[in-house]
Amino acid sequence: MANVFTSIGDWVTERAPGMMPMYRKHMTEYYAPKNFNLWYYFGSLALLVLVNQIVTGIFLTMNYNPSAAGAFASVEYIMRDVEWGWLIRYMHSTGASLFFVVVFLHMFRGIMYGSYKKPRELVWLLGMLIFLVLMAEAFMGYVLPWGNMSFWGAKVIISLFGTIPYIGDALVEWIMGDFLPADATLNRFFALHVVALPLVLLLLVVLHLAALHEVGSNNPDGVEIKKGPKGNRWDATKPTDGIPFHPYYTVKDLVGVGFFLLIAAFIIFFAPTLGGWFLEHDNFIPANNLATPLHIKPVWYFTPFYAIVRMIPSFLGSAVWGVIAMFGAIAVLFLLPWLDRGKVKSVRYRGTGFKVALGLFVVSYIMLGAVGAGVTAEVIPAWFGDVDVTFWENLFGRVMTLIYFGFFAFLWAYTYYGWEKTKPVPERVTTHD
Amino acid sequence: MANEVVDHGRRRFLTATTSVVGGIGIVAAAVPFIKSWEPSARAKAAGAPVTQSLAKIEAGQMLTVSWRSLPVFVLNRTKAQLATLPMVDSRLVDPKSDGGSADQQPKYAQNEARSIKPEWLVVIGICTHLGCVPDFVPEIKPEPFDPDWKGGFYCPCHKSRYDLAGRVYAGVPAPKNLPVPPYHFIDDSTIQIGVDPKEAG
Repeated sequence: MANVFTSIGDWVTERAPGMMPMYRKHMTEYYAPKNFNLWYYFGSLALLVLVNQIVTGIFLTMNYNPSAAGAFASVEYIMRDVEWGWLIRYMHSTGASLFFVVVFLHMFRGIMYGSYKKPRELVWLLGMLIFLVLMAEAFMGYVLPWGNMSFWGAKVIISLFGTIPYIGDALVEWIMGDFLPADATLNRFFALHVVALPLVLLLLVVLHLAALHEVGSNNPDGVEIKKGPKGNRWDATKPTDGIPFHPYYTVKDLVGVGFFLLIAAFIIFFAPTLGGWFLEHDNFIPANNLATPLHIKPVWYFTPFYAIVRMIPSFLGSAVWGVIAMFGAIAVLFLLPWLDRGKVKSVRYRGTGFKVALGLFVVSYIMLGAVGAGVTAEVIPAWFGDVDVTFWENLFGRVMTLIYFGFFAFLWAYTYYGWEKTKPVPERVTTHD
Repeated sequence: MANEVVDHGRRRFLTATTSVVGGIGIVAAAVPFIKSWEPSARAKAAGAPVTQSLAKIEAGQMLTVSWRSLPVFVLNRTKAQLATLPMVDSRLVDPKSDGGSADQQPKYAQNEARSIKPEWLVVIGICTHLGCVPDFVPEIKPEPFDPDWKGGFYCPCHKSRYDLAGRVYAGVPAPKNLPVPPYHFIDDSTIQIGVDPKEAG
C-alpha cells in the first residue's frame, strides 16, 4: 500500500516538481517565532470563516432567488422547507458577523504589536484591501434577503455616493440601475457577492500570505527572529527562535479553532439573531419602498463608520463631508505604516503615550459603534431623563470621532518629534528555550 | 538579421504605440460593461411620466401618486393652509428655497408656495434626511412634537418637520426642503409628473 502512495507521489513530483518545495516553504519550513500568544489565533480563524462563507454560500445559492419578487420568499423557503437550510443560512449569517469579530481582533493585534511596520508594510496594505473588499462583500450580502432593512440600508448607503458634487445623482442611478433599489440592484449585488468579490478576496488572501511568508511573521515582542541567532533543531541556517509552522502552529491553531467553533455553534443554535445584532428584526419584514423602518442603521460591524458619517454636519450646502470623513476613517488606516515613525514595534516596549492612545482609540471605536447602532439614543434619555438627546448624542459622537482621528495625528507627532520614551527591546524573543 | 544592431528608438516607438492602442481598446471595451449598469430600457419605461387627474382631490385633501416607485404627494391646499406659509418663514431653514435647497425644485416652482399653481403642491414624499416617508399632518393645532404646529409633514423616523410647502423646519436632522419633481399641467384638472412645462411645449 505504502508503495502505491509513494509511486503516485513520485509520479506527481516528476510532472509538477514545484509542489513539494511550495508546501515546505509555506508549511513545514516556514519558521514562525515561537512566542505567539492568543492574539495570533485570529488570522487562521479568519481563513476558517472564509472557507465557511464560501461553502455555505455555495449551498445557499442553490435555493436562493435573486429577484425583488422572489428573494425574501426564497430565503424563508430555505429557512422552513429546505432540509437543514436553516443551519446553512445561520452558519452563513453568523459567519459574516464572526468574520468581522476575528478581523477586527486580527487588525488590533497588528496595531498593538506594530506588525504593519517595516518590513511588513505590504502585508498591512494587502490586509487593509481585504478589509475593504470584505466590507463591500458584507454590505451586498446584507441586501440579498431583500428584507425591509436590506432595502433601506441599501438605499441609505448608496445615497452616500449621491453627496458627491456634480456626478452624485448620476452615480447613484448607475449603482442602482434604477431610480431606487430594485431588481437590477439586487441582481448585480448578487453577481458581485457570489462571484466577483469572492474571487478578489481569495486572490488578496493569497497575496497577503505570500507577502507575509516573504518577510516572516512579527511576534508579541516585535523583534526580528531573522536578525537573531541562527540554527535550530531542523535547520542550521534558520532562526533559532523559529519553529516550523506545521506541525507546531497548525496544532496550536486547532485549539483556537475548537474554542471558536464552540462559540459559533452556541450562537448558531441558541441565538442566531443575537438579539437583533447579527440579524436585525426589521429584516424579517419584506422590503417595502413606501414604509421606512423606524431606525435605519447598518449591522453592528459598520456602525462605527456609520456614526462618523452621521456626526459630521453638512457644510456649504453639501453633506459630502461626512462621507469624506467616513472613507477617511478607513483610508487613514492604510497610511498607518507611514504615520507611525517609531522604530519600536511592540506595545510591550513602547512609550506610555502610545499605550494610552491605543486604549482611547479602542474606546472611541466601540463608542462610535454604540452611537451608530442607536444605543446612545436610548441610553441618554434613560440615564439622564428629559434632555436634548440629539445635542448630547452629537456632542458625544463628535468627541469620539475626534479621538478616533486624534489617535493617528497623535501617533505621527509622538513619533515624528521623538516624544516617545521607549524601553529597551530584547535581543531575542522573551520566551525562548 | 541576428547581427544587426537593435534600434532602441524604433523599439520604444513600437512599445509606446502598442500600449496606447491597446489601452484605448481596453477603455473602449469597458464602455459596454459600465453602460450595462445604467437603468435598463424597462426600468426607464417604468420611470415614465405619470398622468394624474386632479378632479377628485377636494380642497385640503392629499393623494399619493407613485412615480418611478417614489411616493409623490399631490396636495390641494386650502386658502387657510396657504395663509400659514408666511407665518412659519422665520422657523424654516430656507424659506425662499434659494439657499441650500436651491436645487430641490425646478425654477418654475421656486416660489413661496413651491408650486406652479399656488393651491397645488406636488412634492416627492421622501425625507431629505435618510429617505423615510413623512406623515401628512394637516390640522393647524398644537401637536406633541410642536406646540405651534401650522400643518405640514412630520417624519416619524427622526422627527424632521416640514411645512405645507414641504419646506424644512430649522433644528431638525433633515437638511433640505422636500424635492419638487418636474411636472406640468396638461389642463386645469390634470397634471403630468416627470415632464417639465418647457419640454411639454
